[in-house]
Amino acid sequence: MALNAKNLNEEEYFFGHKACAGCGGSLALRIALKVLGERSVAVIPAGCMSAVSFNFPQLCFSNNAIISTFAGTASMLTGIEAGLRAQGITDFHAVGFAGDGGTADIGLQALSGAIDRNDNILYICYDNEAYMNTGMQKSSLTPFGAATTTTPNGKAIHGNIRPKKNMFEIIAAHDIPYAATASIGYINDFMNKVEKASKIRGTKYIHVMAPCHTGWGIEPDITVDIAREIVDCGLWYLAEYENGTYTLNRRPKEFSDVGEYLKRQGRFKHLSDEDIELIKESRDRKWDFIDKNFKTTGGK
Amino acid sequence: MAKKFLSGNEAFAEGIRLAKPLVISAYPITPQTTVVERLSEMVADGSLKSEFIHVESEHSALSCAIGASAVGARTFTATSSQGLLYMAECLTYAAGGRFPIVMMNANRSTALPWNIYGDQRDSISQLDSGWIQAYAENAQESLDLALMSYYIAENIKVSTPFMTNLDGFVLTHTYEVVDVPDEEQADAFLPPFKTDNKIDFDNPKNMAFSAGPEQNTVFKYNEHMGIMNAKDVIKEAEKKFADIFGREYTGLIETYNTEDADYIIITLGSVAGLVKEAADRLREDGVKAGVIRIRYLRPFPNEETAEAVKNAKGVAVLEKDISFGNEGTVYTNVNSALRKNNVNIPTSNYIGGLGGKNISCREIENIYRNLENNIYGIHFLGIGEQ
Repeated sequence: MALNAKNLNEEEYFFGHKACAGCGGSLALRIALKVLGERSVAVIPAGCMSAVSFNFPQLCFSNNAIISTFAGTASMLTGIEAGLRAQGITDFHAVGFAGDGGTADIGLQALSGAIDRNDNILYICYDNEAYMNTGMQKSSLTPFGAATTTTPNGKAIHGNIRPKKNMFEIIAAHDIPYAATASIGYINDFMNKVEKASKIRGTKYIHVMAPCHTGWGIEPDITVDIAREIVDCGLWYLAEYENGTYTLNRRPKEFSDVGEYLKRQGRFKHLSDEDIELIKESRDRKWDFIDKNFKTTGGK
Repeated sequence: MAKKFLSGNEAFAEGIRLAKPLVISAYPITPQTTVVERLSEMVADGSLKSEFIHVESEHSALSCAIGASAVGARTFTATSSQGLLYMAECLTYAAGGRFPIVMMNANRSTALPWNIYGDQRDSISQLDSGWIQAYAENAQESLDLALMSYYIAENIKVSTPFMTNLDGFVLTHTYEVVDVPDEEQADAFLPPFKTDNKIDFDNPKNMAFSAGPEQNTVFKYNEHMGIMNAKDVIKEAEKKFADIFGREYTGLIETYNTEDADYIIITLGSVAGLVKEAADRLREDGVKAGVIRIRYLRPFPNEETAEAVKNAKGVAVLEKDISFGNEGTVYTNVNSALRKNNVNIPTSNYIGGLGGKNISCREIENIYRNLENNIYGIHFLGIGEQ
């Protein structure tokens, strides 16, 4: 039976931390751990999720958890998995939770190495589209146009000039056993992907969109709403990669308004109609590719 | 016990085989490669039952070892030079987490200029990272340190990672006859790794946490005391080792004809053999020459060194290291040891062997002659007239 809010594990594993009210990343962690259960070893690199939860003596995981170096989420997961297996312990989940910078920038090499070895680990990237813990600097997953503290809206340059790195397909190109995209705005889809991944041997990767309201410039009570809207307007998508095949889990018949999605957020307030048109065109090119290359299982 | 003809790296690999680490993670770099190649062969032929992780970098090699150690597994990694520098972030991480990982470092020069040959600038640059640092003189000591390192690092009072250094090529690739202990003897010496500092499903832990200004100093003090406690545990390990294997070691330093010596050269690593030879020659000429070989740079042998040189007329430190803008770091440490112990004799620093430059017996004899002639200062060997 598919997981949902009614049948989800009632135990809490991640609480008493200092994350902002309305934090998307902490919701992704909390839900994923409820799916994976108490025999999880969580590896969390330097970043918001470790900064809010590991302040001695206030430690916020009731399961085993450890901070890794910023670049070392995947390599530490590898060591944990191998070390436990070498002692005959196999009934556990080694799960990493790293942000977009920790995954697509500084941690990419170690992650690629782990997938190459097909280590039996689950790597979850919670993507809030910038280095939020240090005050919203650009990462390689910051989208085109977004103003960050290192890509400000200036007279000469209006925010970030590069598109978001295509992590999902980069990961899939390793021919990983399982990769998926998700969003905390579609939480049932996310928790079922975590559960599915937990039952597959080898390396698993889930890339979950998890907005940061302080960075994105939105009210804390619309984090989940905006995480839905990014999927509905087509700037993010819910998909899986398995056995060499891409599957699209949700194909909106009509996209909601991209301009409206962007204008709700402080980081995009400066965008001109021309900029928004460029973003729409890039979205449409992406969907042409998806429609051509992904199998579709879910409609609107 | 079996006698085998082994290089330093191969001898170290034999020691690691006997220590039975559960996880080995390593990335290749000259001149470390043959130690991990031998270990790979042992895993492949089943004589060593370890998980061998082919990591994609040195940073991952040590990060992976930290993960394995954090679940209570005995671990091993090996590196050299640029690789050691690349994993530097993980060095302090392993030490601060009190993970007793064992690493072999093949001492090699650091770029620029590129150079694959031996000097000790790589490991000495990391003296402050919180690791025990031992320096082997020959292949036998390499094997013996491989075994003893786990005994020392894993002692609950120590709980500190352990780096054993072998001079690149001169020791790592030079063959000697080595006594290889039996597995039963090794098992009698080295108990299995047991720790409470680990991830545990019956008693879950949050590890590698943050500690703010209020608590931080206490953690760092405890880390310091862990290495300081190694002094006693090294003695204990060497006594047990001698009882089982019949080979004796002398703690943080080895002294050679220092009791009545007027002039003493303090050095470390494989060059010590040549320094002893030079000292012997000078003794034939009536010069009372002695040698101290530093076996451990951390914990540093402050009292031991001061005690051994206190009756000498002059001391020179010969090292393959330079702290640019100052002097050799071993020299700095030795001077501090003498000052703290009120030993007021003149000292000199000889920086040699950089990038694998040969140090000749004649050069070492000249060091003794300079001490005899009251010539002191900081000298570089091998750059011509100064």
